[in-house]
Amino acid sequence: MLRFTLRRVLQIIPTVVVVALLIFVIFSVVPGTFAASLFADGRRAADPQMIARLNEEFGLNKPLMERFVTYVTDLAQFDLGTSFRTRQPVIDLINDRMWASLQLAIAAMVFALVISVPLGFVAALRPGSVLDTVTMIGAVSGLSMPQFWLGLLMMYLFALQLNWLPSFGYGDGSFRNLILPAVTLGVTPLALLARTTRAGVLDVLNADFIRTAHSKGMSEAKVVRWHVARNALVLIVTTVGLQFGSLIGQAVVIEKLFAWPGIGSLLVDSVASRDIPVVQGTILVIVLWFLVINTAVDLIYAAIDPRIKQE
Amino acid sequence: MTAPLLDISELHLGVAVGRSVNRPLLKGVSFQIMPGEAYGLVGESGSGKSVTTLAVMGLLKKPLAVSGGEILFKGQNLLELPKREMRRLRGNRIAMIFQEPMTALNPLSTIGRQIAEMFVLHQGKSWDEAQKLAVEALASVRVPNPDRRARNYPHQMSGGLRQRVMIAMALACNPDLLIADEPTTALDVTVQAEVLRLIKELCAERGTAVLFISHDLGVIASICQRVGVMYAGCLVEENETSALFATPRHEYTRGLLGALPRFGSRSLHGRKRLVDIDSIIADRSKLTETRFIASRSAEEGGQP
Repeated sequence: MLRFTLRRVLQIIPTVVVVALLIFVIFSVVPGTFAASLFADGRRAADPQMIARLNEEFGLNKPLMERFVTYVTDLAQFDLGTSFRTRQPVIDLINDRMWASLQLAIAAMVFALVISVPLGFVAALRPGSVLDTVTMIGAVSGLSMPQFWLGLLMMYLFALQLNWLPSFGYGDGSFRNLILPAVTLGVTPLALLARTTRAGVLDVLNADFIRTAHSKGMSEAKVVRWHVARNALVLIVTTVGLQFGSLIGQAVVIEKLFAWPGIGSLLVDSVASRDIPVVQGTILVIVLWFLVINTAVDLIYAAIDPRIKQE
Repeated sequence: MTAPLLDISELHLGVAVGRSVNRPLLKGVSFQIMPGEAYGLVGESGSGKSVTTLAVMGLLKKPLAVSGGEILFKGQNLLELPKREMRRLRGNRIAMIFQEPMTALNPLSTIGRQIAEMFVLHQGKSWDEAQKLAVEALASVRVPNPDRRARNYPHQMSGGLRQRVMIAMALACNPDLLIADEPTTALDVTVQAEVLRLIKELCAERGTAVLFISHDLGVIASICQRVGVMYAGCLVEENETSALFATPRHEYTRGLLGALPRFGSRSLHGRKRLVDIDSIIADRSKLTETRFIASRSAEEGGQP
């Protein structure tokens, strides 16, 4: 198990390197420059002298290869560069936003998990029941509802009408500020998880070894506890992993809507202003987050299923 | 005369389609199994063999449902038994081995634990004790290194070994009746012979009655004292194994036996064709009208 863990963790490194290269290449071939975009308000042409000065300052007039070498050497020292716009180190910008993002993603996932998994389980154990039907209709609605619209509805109801919760902002980082955005963000994974849990449990229930378990004279509850739960967990963990990873990216809309100072809105703003170092840094961090989650999922798999370690 | 261990009489079973329509699968099946006896059920796919065993185990799933008849086990009608009582019998007094050893075991659980469950469920043992008993159970089905094997997962074992595990599990609580639903069909021939011998010897040793389902007549002949032939949801012929093989009386049984290749069955002028059942039976639908059930009392009188 230790070797398996070590191998999986070490596998993150080459992936990060490849991703860093890709990001660099993509942003060096994208048309338009930061300097030009700074003045691109559509009213007047940019002053060529200003552009030249900016390019000089950020080293953008150097050859691509040289810039690449600088990028990689800086990266190796965990230096993600300086923002074109604010002149702050990128790492500080991300640092400020990362915690809020993590908070939002984790809260949304916990909310989704706590409700969806028990619901999916019960729905699968009593297929065709009222609870099953209601859950599945709810899941489809949850999946098809646009997040920003749901967010607006929640804001209207809980903040404006009932006045229970703050309508937006990070505030002083209190839990009350977190509730609305987290619930809104959690609805999609909740719906998806409820469906996959139900499908996974149904699948396991039809397996031959469940018939064996019944033939041993086990009660329904024991069959579920001893034989169904662990097997169904494999599919649930996969879905949680996938959803968790993409949650940070998905959060952009929610972050904008609720004025949540997360990493998603940082990315969108930097793309709009062609602040390449920040874009590169942010993407790298999101990729890293994805990789960490994936590795965690792999490790959990190995802990659940003895067949995986052997491979 | 001793009372039968299992007495199935006029068992009717069908698929419930909608509320009122009931498509029959078993049309009045009756047979008895004496304590310690090995009884074979043969018949083609879909003749109702497996469904009969599932009815005995109380494991029928919707839309299958018993629509009439009785299944008496030690004089108790299993069909009327409350769920909780039935669970107490299942696995404990009536155990079952399935056809597919590859999928019949939980892939995420050690086999030691899966056997140990039997002792925890039916004998109220602690998990520690049960684990030790599971190792003994593995040893009793002649699994080498039972100590180490108990910690293995199903994917680490061959099909033959897994079927031994299934047997160990089924016999863990010394049941009165073992139902074996084609336990050797998925195994290759040499392993098949070993597993069959194991079932035969263990059950003889412990006095366990066996209900053995197969469409392999050779397997049935080697293990069972009596045989019932099923066709289209009916028991069409029943007799002592040797008598049935020597003088099959029902058309269908004759067809089954004729369809079996025999060693040295070539005729002088070359190959002999195997009989195909359709060619000897004019009208399949009439087939279930005649039944040849040898009465047990007559044959018991004939035995010394």
